[in-house]
Amino acid sequence: MREVYLDNSATTPVLPEVAAAMQEVLTDNFGNPSSLHRRGLRAEQAKKEARRVVAQACGVKEQEIFFTSGGTEANNLAIKGAARRRRRRGSHLITTKIEHPSVLYTFQALEEEGFAVTYLDVDADGLVTAEAVADAVREDTLLVSVMHVNNEVGSIMPVAEIGPLVKAKNPRTLFHVDAVQSFGKLPVRPQAWQADLLTVSAHKIHGPKGCGALYCREGLLLAPLLHGGDQEQGVRPGTENMAGIVGFAAAVRLQLARQEENYRQLAELKRLFLEELQQRLPDVRQNGPLDGAPHIVNLTVPDIKGEVLLHALADEGIYLSTGSACHSHRADPSHVLLAMGRSPRQIESSLRISFSALITAADVVYAVEKISAAVTALRQMTRRKR
Amino acid sequence: MKALYLIRYGEIGLKGKNRRFFENTLTANIRRALRDVAECRVLQQHSRHFVEVLSGDAAAVAARLQEVFGIVSLSPVITAALSMAEIKAAAEREFSKVAKPGLRFKVNTRRANKKFPLLSQQVSAEVGAHLLRTFPGLQVDVHEPEAVLDVEIREEEAYIYTERLPGPGGLPVGVAGKGLLLLSGGIDSPVAGWMTLKRGVKLEAVHFHSYPYTSERSKEKVIDLCRELARYGGKIRLHVAHFTEIQEELRLKTPERLLVTLMRRMMFRLAERLAQQQGALALITGESLGQVASQTMESLNVIERVTQIPVLRPLIGLDKQEIMDLSVKIGTYPISIRPYEDCCTIFLPQFPATRPRLKDVEAAEAALDLEGLIAESLAKTETLEIGL
Repeated sequence: MREVYLDNSATTPVLPEVAAAMQEVLTDNFGNPSSLHRRGLRAEQAKKEARRVVAQACGVKEQEIFFTSGGTEANNLAIKGAARRRRRRGSHLITTKIEHPSVLYTFQALEEEGFAVTYLDVDADGLVTAEAVADAVREDTLLVSVMHVNNEVGSIMPVAEIGPLVKAKNPRTLFHVDAVQSFGKLPVRPQAWQADLLTVSAHKIHGPKGCGALYCREGLLLAPLLHGGDQEQGVRPGTENMAGIVGFAAAVRLQLARQEENYRQLAELKRLFLEELQQRLPDVRQNGPLDGAPHIVNLTVPDIKGEVLLHALADEGIYLSTGSACHSHRADPSHVLLAMGRSPRQIESSLRISFSALITAADVVYAVEKISAAVTALRQMTRRKR
Repeated sequence: MKALYLIRYGEIGLKGKNRRFFENTLTANIRRALRDVAECRVLQQHSRHFVEVLSGDAAAVAARLQEVFGIVSLSPVITAALSMAEIKAAAEREFSKVAKPGLRFKVNTRRANKKFPLLSQQVSAEVGAHLLRTFPGLQVDVHEPEAVLDVEIREEEAYIYTERLPGPGGLPVGVAGKGLLLLSGGIDSPVAGWMTLKRGVKLEAVHFHSYPYTSERSKEKVIDLCRELARYGGKIRLHVAHFTEIQEELRLKTPERLLVTLMRRMMFRLAERLAQQQGALALITGESLGQVASQTMESLNVIERVTQIPVLRPLIGLDKQEIMDLSVKIGTYPISIRPYEDCCTIFLPQFPATRPRLKDVEAAEAALDLEGLIAESLAKTETLEIGL
């Protein structure tokens, strides 16, 4: 059966070149970078090279990149590490209502520790304005955290404006950007944005799961989450996930070489998808801004539960995701769509489609055909007169 | 030294001529339950069983035995050669586990080996006197003892024990025929299955799967529930009945308020056919009176009319909380509360009939090709064997 994988914001397949680089580290260059012998040195060199690649991709210095177990850990390390380290200077933190759970729940955990958190509203397109962020900054604001691209609806936050405005209001306030969904797709420039901390992840760009990195501006000190050896300057101890790190770098290299080309391809796929869908299912509504990230589309398909459509399409080899999990005994509608003012009914009927550069125009046309066929069939069931 | 457990069973002893069959079934069930736990020998003697742990974790064996239906209680036993000196030494060793000043105790002797020179009473008296001398501050109390030291004089050796671990009671699975459990993935039906296993019934299960309206993960959940029940009842054959077209037909062709009643009637029809195919003598459901629309007296009446086969409802008199407590106890609760319940709710009416009338229901079914739907569903039914 023909398969079209349209859930690339959840994760992506590892590219063969990436897997090959990892294989080499797993079986051949397997040394521990902390070992003093030759094998240790070779591993150390591979790690250094990987760090250089990731640093270059962000336009920062090598010593400003810290490898972690993924985006979740990098977000935790940035937010908890900064807040705890600077506890004596203040207790106020700012974020938005549509952050990834690894940011939102980290802030909630800090509330338990006595910090006060402002959760900023977003508009109907899932956006905050830089002014709204700056307005919330106070004398005792330690940290502002705003994601670059929202993972559910693809809205692009004005991080380049937020950083300077926040700093103008309070130069001591730190700025963290969760760039997991944008890294490798849009330019990520922490220095230009005046971001002090920035999170990236490997498996959203055809790298392996279990590896990510935190950019931490030189001179900025974080309270580590883990204690142990002096790997990663002691900020993130533990023997390095070498295969993950090398695979991450390999993926970044490939992604970076084609970033602009990929951007145009993804944007074209999204345009084609929406156009085709509009023709077949004119009542489907897009959630999120029209000029959002090129790889994410969020839809509300009236009268159909997203999860039912998801299962029906999985049977046809089309894989996508829902904005909310459907279960009769527990309601947890998407917090993102809720914050954007969507009704529970609209949220229940939402779907997320996310592209990668491995998808072709023909895949998109095929997927839309299957989606509209499934929607038409299911609506016979759900739109029946009572 | 090898660990040895004495196993007592209750109701089996009452069952007259079937007793041998019941005992043999229990032996087989114990062997099966312990197969993956440790290397054991199971012996059947004089209205009790013995499990000898040849190698492996004796505590794990005890824990496992406490889940085998038919076992009322078990005791870890130590053995002694047939001399009073050896028996006293063993008694001292065993009693040191419980002895403390002020403890009221008695010694209870059974003399299966009539060739042993002392009478039961004499053995008890001597052993008791020895314990009194050894552990200061003990008191003999034959009427309300806090601790009992049991001595069994057998053909080749004596068994000595103080502890009694409770078993689950009930009857050995397999002595009471086979039943077919309607297993939804919720909290109730696995508990109903457990209660039926407890009465010695061998189980098969049927789950009604409505993909894409229910997810693949809800099927996984039902498989995991069967695996949990298999701990108590051995391998379970699970039939995953294809229910999608039936649901769609009902949705399209019948009045919305009767949907739940009609769905249940179709489930019962399918289950009865499967039961006939598999030689199961009853259907088992997790229904309890009054819980939801389909569980009123009127609904139960209208639903059950489609079957000839008896329908057992072991939870009928239990409250939701009691069912939940049991579900926690038997280990199915954490699986049952996994969130992939089902998406059938897109079909569920807002105001289901709580008092459906048979003639309305039958009139609604007249619009359907019942036989065709049943045949199609059965043809697409998938059967899995779920072991531990």
